[in-house]
Amino acid sequence: MLIAVLAVPLVAALVSWRSRTRLAQAVTVASGTATCGLALALVGAAGSHVARALHGWLRADALSVVFLVATAFLYAVTAVFTVGYMGPDPGGSLRYSRRFYAGLNLFAWAMVTATIVNGLPLLWVAIEVTTVVSALLVAIDDTDGASEAAWKYVLIASMGLGIALLATVVMYYAGSSQLGPAYQPFYEPLLGAARHFPPQVTRLAYVLAVLGFGTKMGLVPVHTWLPDAHSEAPTPVSALLSGSLLGVSFYAILRYYQLATRALGPAFPRDVLLAFGVASLVLAALYLASQRDLKRLLAYSSIEHMGILAIGMSFAAPIATFGVLLHVLAHAAAKATAFFGAGSVVRKFHTKDMDQVRGGVGSLPWSGPLLVLAVLALSAMPPFGIFRSEFMIVAGGLSDPRDAVAAALVVLVTLAFLGLTWFASQTMLSPDPEGLVTGEVSAWIPAAMLAGLGALVVLGVHLPGQLAHLLTRAAGELGTVR
Amino acid sequence: MVGGVAVVGPLMAGAPPVPSTFAGAAEAVAVAVLLTEFAMLRSALLRPQVRLYALQSLAVSTLAVVVAVSRHLGDLYVLAGVSFALKVVVIPVVVTRLLRETGDELGTLRGRIGVATMVLVALAASGFGFFAFDSLHITSRSLPTSALGVAGATILVAFLLVILRTDVVSQAVGFFALENGISVASLVLAASLPIIVEVAFLFDLLVAVVVFGLLARVHHGRTRTLATDVLGRLRG
Repeated sequence: MLIAVLAVPLVAALVSWRSRTRLAQAVTVASGTATCGLALALVGAAGSHVARALHGWLRADALSVVFLVATAFLYAVTAVFTVGYMGPDPGGSLRYSRRFYAGLNLFAWAMVTATIVNGLPLLWVAIEVTTVVSALLVAIDDTDGASEAAWKYVLIASMGLGIALLATVVMYYAGSSQLGPAYQPFYEPLLGAARHFPPQVTRLAYVLAVLGFGTKMGLVPVHTWLPDAHSEAPTPVSALLSGSLLGVSFYAILRYYQLATRALGPAFPRDVLLAFGVASLVLAALYLASQRDLKRLLAYSSIEHMGILAIGMSFAAPIATFGVLLHVLAHAAAKATAFFGAGSVVRKFHTKDMDQVRGGVGSLPWSGPLLVLAVLALSAMPPFGIFRSEFMIVAGGLSDPRDAVAAALVVLVTLAFLGLTWFASQTMLSPDPEGLVTGEVSAWIPAAMLAGLGALVVLGVHLPGQLAHLLTRAAGELGTVR
Repeated sequence: MVGGVAVVGPLMAGAPPVPSTFAGAAEAVAVAVLLTEFAMLRSALLRPQVRLYALQSLAVSTLAVVVAVSRHLGDLYVLAGVSFALKVVVIPVVVTRLLRETGDELGTLRGRIGVATMVLVALAASGFGFFAFDSLHITSRSLPTSALGVAGATILVAFLLVILRTDVVSQAVGFFALENGISVASLVLAASLPIIVEVAFLFDLLVAVVVFGLLARVHHGRTRTLATDVLGRLRG
């Protein structure tokens, strides 16, 4: 099954490269749906054992499958949204269409691959591939803004990944102290030997990994590429960048976290994440209030949520770790839904400037209200999944000796909530202007948004048993064993 | 031999150990990697900068051969060969072609600060990098551990090249030079890393080179310059 997960998006990318637009759209939707189905099929199995393929080079434990499900679900709903957003003639040429759909599928393939490859070096390779592919997608619209954002993105993310590569090498060295000079750098031998790793070297590798992959995750102060790339990329790419790529980068950090907690104990790895998390949350909460660009607003919301994930991991309570993993899933669904709504607004009003958008709900009868609901979901309102995940993170934080951090988290999340609701009230819930034409850009857009919101309600109201078991097991894999 | 350094006889007991030919050669090549990076940092013209990068890459490939010979690591010959083909031949050819097509050599050094200040900052950064890595007291079976300090210095100077120079070619070359610094660190710390993983790293670099080249062309196509001073529209 792992081989199928790997093969489906790659085949879709190759077919899209040589297809006309309609066929590329159909192939992308089919590939996204199939990948999502395969990922969901792994949920039950990963709750009890580790899946392997290709002589151990592919491996899916519970932690991998959590991130695989988030990525595959987003791939599926983004594929559906893209049909409506791009229309029958994306970019005005077949060449654009082929590049776009091939790139979109390849981007999804790289992210899916990152979650199921076995070992830190291959994880790095997969994440570097996500950078180069997504940088081209950011630039694809060939505007001044897209060109600038793509250059900044590829440069800053590549430098960050350079640091992450150094982390990979240093962690390999740490492993060689126990496993000999030449060994296959798979997760299991490393995890088994990690408690005897040299502490100073492991500490260095961990900090380099958080800094390096944190650049891709959008942690402050190495986040500067993120608002530009998210706002200038085509909206389907923005959704994948925000909902999925940031999560995959967090997954890479968690793999180092697993090793570091075994080698060093929990205090140091948590302190490092806490520092980056608090910085990210503070900056995002402040910037959210001053945004006028709709997609930049959502980009800063992503930084906020990445900060919440980092802070959540810094709490010692298992309930907080469970909440973090649930937050990965819920944020992916909520952010994608919000970006889909933003895409609908951009197509309708031909601007991202929130000062020029009025009467959003009135003009977009489906995607307008759904966007407001997505923004409420991002603001941690019940009954959506983010309410549940943040509640668990805060509950874990309040049981932690550093409960002041949990209180600060609540304050900063409230600040961010104000920024997001200002947007909703000013643009979406404002009175309809004169001469407003009511109607959706395409029925595919609200369909994708309904799928995202449906998932959020399920995550918030009734977590399916197998998924809850998967999250519990994944949280256990992240627990300290010393 | 201990950590690449010869243990001396009783007549010289108490004196600093004398480096073996291997250790001396390896350290000299590692220092050459760092010196070429300083030259890149202060190079006003872009073509010489690309040639310096090729020279630096040649030094890294040579270092891989030195380790392969002395430690009998057959895989490293393959790695050195692939590294030579990619970093000494392909990347410089790709970047030089970009310069030829754009016809934009810039002429004067474009940086956020003056050349002298840039070199002074780089000296301070490389000193910090060298001693920070040296303080880890890492022992290596493949190279003298001082090479790790040199790798740390090279990595930090590569960051400065990207941050302080304000043209797309220097910034891209800075990223490629960063990879060279990491290659040296990898030879010290993980010379036995499986060859498939090493080749995957290099393949990834090749893909990155293509993307950097494409985006640099897009940038030049829109702005008619390789300078990055104009990249200030997106803020906040």
